[in-house]
Amino acid sequence: MKRQSFLRLAGLAAAVSFSACKPSGSGGGGGGGAAGGGKLVVGFSQIGADNPWRTAETESVKAEAAKRGIELKFSDAQGQQEAQISAIRSFIAQGVSAIILAPKVETGWDGILKEAKAAKIPVVLVDRGVTVSDPTLFATLIASDFVAEGRMAGEWLVKKSGGKAGIIQLEGTTGAAPANDRKKGFEAAIAGSPDMKVLASQTGDFKRSDGKNVMEALIKAHGAAITAVYAHNDDMAIGAIQALEAAGRQPGKDVTVVSIDGMGFAFEAIKEGKLNCTVECNPLLGPMAFDAVAKALKGEELPKQLVQEDRLFDETNAPAELPNRKY
Amino acid sequence: MNRIFASRLLPLMATGLVLVALFAAAGAGYENFLSARVVLNLFKDRAFLGVVAVGMTFVILSGGIDLSVGAVMAFTTVFLAKVIGGLGWSAPVAMLAAVGIGVGFGMFQGWVIHFFRIPAFLVTLAGMFLARGMAFVVSPRSVEIRSAFYDDLGERGLPLGEGLLLTVGPLVYLVVVAAGMVVAHGTRFGRNVYALGGNEASAALMGLPVGATRVGVYALCGGCAALGGVISTLALSSGDPTRGTGLELDAIAAAVIGGTVLTGGRGWVFGTFLGVLILGTIKTILDFDGSLDPAWLRIASGGLLLGFILLQKLIARRSVS
Repeated sequence: MKRQSFLRLAGLAAAVSFSACKPSGSGGGGGGGAAGGGKLVVGFSQIGADNPWRTAETESVKAEAAKRGIELKFSDAQGQQEAQISAIRSFIAQGVSAIILAPKVETGWDGILKEAKAAKIPVVLVDRGVTVSDPTLFATLIASDFVAEGRMAGEWLVKKSGGKAGIIQLEGTTGAAPANDRKKGFEAAIAGSPDMKVLASQTGDFKRSDGKNVMEALIKAHGAAITAVYAHNDDMAIGAIQALEAAGRQPGKDVTVVSIDGMGFAFEAIKEGKLNCTVECNPLLGPMAFDAVAKALKGEELPKQLVQEDRLFDETNAPAELPNRKY
Repeated sequence: MNRIFASRLLPLMATGLVLVALFAAAGAGYENFLSARVVLNLFKDRAFLGVVAVGMTFVILSGGIDLSVGAVMAFTTVFLAKVIGGLGWSAPVAMLAAVGIGVGFGMFQGWVIHFFRIPAFLVTLAGMFLARGMAFVVSPRSVEIRSAFYDDLGERGLPLGEGLLLTVGPLVYLVVVAAGMVVAHGTRFGRNVYALGGNEASAALMGLPVGATRVGVYALCGGCAALGGVISTLALSSGDPTRGTGLELDAIAAAVIGGTVLTGGRGWVFGTFLGVLILGTIKTILDFDGSLDPAWLRIASGGLLLGFILLQKLIARRSVS
C-alpha cells in the first residue's frame, strides 16, 4: 500500500510540474528587457579562476557592476568551453540585457553567438578574441594587443642579450589567443637576429605549477645552453625562476627572464633581481567592458577592437611603479 | 508482487523524483526557468554527454568501466577537423570513419581486458592517455571546421514552435537513448550484458558468450564516445584536443544517479537519461542564479552520487534478506 501511494505522489508531482511549464513567450529571449524592475542584468561568462590575472579580471568586472548598480550573473566555466556555451544559453533564456564573454579558445563560437544575435542581446568580448564567420556577431573586443606584447618582449630581449641567446619559451594555454599571438609577436621580433635561438617551446598552460615542471624538464634537457627564458605570463615565469634556482642557476643574472602581464608579484621579483622584464597586460577590464555594454545597448557602433595600451617594465622603471600596482 | 516490482524500480523512481523536485524548486525560484527554451537547452548542451553516458551504462552494466571516453571524444573532434579541413574528405564519410575508429578502439580495449584478464580500470586508463595523446598529435590546438555540410546540418531540425528548433545533436541523442533502451531490454545482447554483470561465473556456466559480450560493450562504448565527438563538432564547428577532460566521470555519475549499480548487473538506460538531465538542471540553476560559487555543481553532484550509492546498497541488502 505504501509503495502505491508513493507512486501516486510521484505521478502527481510530475503532472503538476509539467503543467506549470510555460512557453518561453513570457519574457525569455527579449533582449532589451531587464529581469528585475528596471535594473540592468548582464551575464558574464568567465573561463575559470586558475591564475591570479584571471581572478583580478573577474574582481574588476564584479566591482564595476556593483559600482554601476548593474545586476551581474557570473558563470565560472571551470575551464570548459561547453560550460561557457551552456552558461550563455542560460543567460539568453533568462533574458539578460547584455553578455560579456571571455572566450577560452578562438574557435567554436559561431552557433552560440548567432543565438545571442537572434535574441538581440549584444555580446562584448574581453581579453581574448574569437574567429567567427561574421564579425557582427559580437559588439567589440576589449583586449590588449598580444602580438605587440610578444614583440615588445622580443625586442627588449634582443637588446639586452646583444642579439645572442639560447631561449626557452613557455607558452600559454594551447589554442588560446594570447598564447598564439604572444608567440607570433616574439618570434617576429627575434627573426632578424639569427643568433637568438629558441631551444624549446612548450606549454605551461599559464599556470605557475606547470611552468615550473616544464622548466625543470627542459633544464635537464638543455642545461647550460639556456641563457634566457620567455614566459607568456608572469605566473609561469615565477615557476621557471623556482626551477632555475633549484637547479643552481641564477635567474635574473645568468639567465635572463622575460614575461608578460605586469602583475604585482612580478614587480616584486624584478625588485629582487630575479625577473628582468615584464610587459604589462592590464586585467582590470571591468570599466571598459561596461562602457562598451552601455554604448552597445544604445545602439552605437563600436570599433571591432578596443586596444589597451601596454607598457614595458624592467629594473629601470619597475621599482618606482610598484606602489601603483593594483593587482 | 507489488512490493517486488516497486523495490526493483525504486532507484529509477527516486531519480525521477529528484529531477522533478529540482525543476519545480528552480521554477519557483527563478523567472523564466520553467520554459520550453530552458528544457531544450538541457538537451542541446548535454547531447554529447548523453550519448557517451548511454555507452558507459552498457559497460557498467557488464561489470566494467571505461575511462577513455573523454579522450576518444576529443580525438574524434580533432580527427574530423583535420580530415575535413586538411584532407578534404566529405563530412558524412569522415563522421562514419570517426565512429568506426571509436568502435575499433573500444573493441581493442575490450579484447585486451577479456583475453589478458586485466582490470578494465587499468586498460581504459591506458586507453585514455593513448587517445588524449593521439588527439594532441593530430592537432595541438583547437581547429575550426569549415564545411558546407556542417553549416547546412546546423540549420536543420524539428521545429518546436516559438522559433525553437530541435537540432541534429539532441535529435541523435534521443534516438541513441531509445535505441539503447531497446538493445538493453529487448535483445539477446542486452540480456547477456545484464547476466555478465550480475555474475560472470554463472553466465559462463550457462554458456553465454562472455568474451563476445565483453568486447561488444566496449566497442559500443567507444562508438558512443566517437558519436559524442561528432555531435560536439556539430555544436561547436571545431575540434579541440582539450575537450572532454573529465567527461568519463560525468558519464559515470549520470549512470549511477540513474540507478545503474557500479558492480554491474542492474540499471537502466532511461535512468542514465534522467541522470544526465539532473546534472544539466543543476548547472542551469547555477547559471540562472549567477552568484553561487561554481563549486556547488561538484558538491551537489557528489552529494547526489553518494545518496544514490547508499540507496542502491540499501536495496541490495533488502533483496538479499
